[in-house]
Amino acid sequence: MIHFTIEDQNGGQQPIEIPEGISLSLMEVLKASEYPILATCGGMALCATCHVAVLEGAARLPPVNDAEGDLLDTLPDADSDSRLACQLRVDESLDGAVFRLRAA
Amino acid sequence: MITTDICIIGAGPVGLFAVFEAGLLKMRCHLIDALPQVGGQLSEIYPQKPIYDIPGFPDVKAQELVDNLMEQINPFHPTFTLGERVENLERQADGSFFITTNEQTVVHCQVVVIAGGLGCFEPRKPEIEGLEAFEGKGVSYMIKNPELLRDRRVVLAGGGDSALDWTVFLANIAKEVTLIHRSDSFRGAPDSAEKVFELASEGRINLILQSNITRVSGNGHLQEITITGKDKTVTTRATDHLIPLFGLTPKLGPIADWGLQIDKSAIQVDTTDYATNVERIYAIGDINTYPGKLKLILCGFHEAALMCQSAFKYVYPSQKLSFKYTTVNGIPTF
Repeated sequence: MIHFTIEDQNGGQQPIEIPEGISLSLMEVLKASEYPILATCGGMALCATCHVAVLEGAARLPPVNDAEGDLLDTLPDADSDSRLACQLRVDESLDGAVFRLRAA
Repeated sequence: MITTDICIIGAGPVGLFAVFEAGLLKMRCHLIDALPQVGGQLSEIYPQKPIYDIPGFPDVKAQELVDNLMEQINPFHPTFTLGERVENLERQADGSFFITTNEQTVVHCQVVVIAGGLGCFEPRKPEIEGLEAFEGKGVSYMIKNPELLRDRRVVLAGGGDSALDWTVFLANIAKEVTLIHRSDSFRGAPDSAEKVFELASEGRINLILQSNITRVSGNGHLQEITITGKDKTVTTRATDHLIPLFGLTPKLGPIADWGLQIDKSAIQVDTTDYATNVERIYAIGDINTYPGKLKLILCGFHEAALMCQSAFKYVYPSQKLSFKYTTVNGIPTF
């Protein structure tokens, strides 16, 4: 099992448990868990409505790809801990990480 | 004024195929799209990407699919208004609509079909105190005519390619150019970033890094911006123009105000015929939602076919609809 934690806009934290080998992005898991994210563009790194801050475990995540980096660069409110959930595959690299929802 | 049977908002693959299905039922279509070309996301975002789940095509490049759709609907002579955004919808006593775009193009139609995909791409606005009050009064989100900035003081905000490119371009035109970026580095376009650092070291532009604009003020027109650094230092700067360049983000736009039932930026429809809660308005493709919705082109095609069967009664109220196969009847052009 892969374990990570989601902090919602109100600061409440909830543990998430996902079996290994599932081909989902973090955005898809957030949507399936009924977090209030729009994910308008469906995972193409276009809309930034799945913007998250990585509070813990950033170093283990795969590096930011070009599409993600280009979009993060244009965002007015991105920080060095910003990622797009749609570009993060749910696998062992997320184990132990803590994500805070950033997008409204 | 343009008169048609069905006005389709959005000229992506699903909007285009709706022309074909409508044409089989002798309904004429006019399409409006905010983008300057047809094809929607396929042409704008990923024209060269292969798509693997169009029935009958093991793989097809996105632009190729759009080109094929245009060929397929050509017998039905659709008309287009491109590069304009739908602003206003006005219902007439007989149930028909007048649709007006931001360029004042008017379309009269019996049925409206929203095939808007992700929505319109609109500039992403930063959260800055007082910003909206100065829109059009010194604050703008895109540069349409750089000549208007000649010999003016201009502040640009952002760190993407367009912020960098415009900084370099305006350095030769404006009286004073200042670029403000929240980080201390630029990821995109290394050439443009290098040029910006070079212009800054030559003193030809002001480059303010690790900072955000936190307030704008003025007297009827923008006069001053407040800049807050990551180190919490606060400074002000006099300027004539502020142009935040934070990319584009898809938004529903004015459609959101048409009284349609909307759930998370998608329009709720009845899966019998993809009708919205407003009579004579349908929504098909990625912009609609219903239990089990899949955002797939092929699902949008199916929705277009069912929608047309339902829309027929508004276009030809006194005629009975009889279902025909193209293999039996061919394509009844008009």
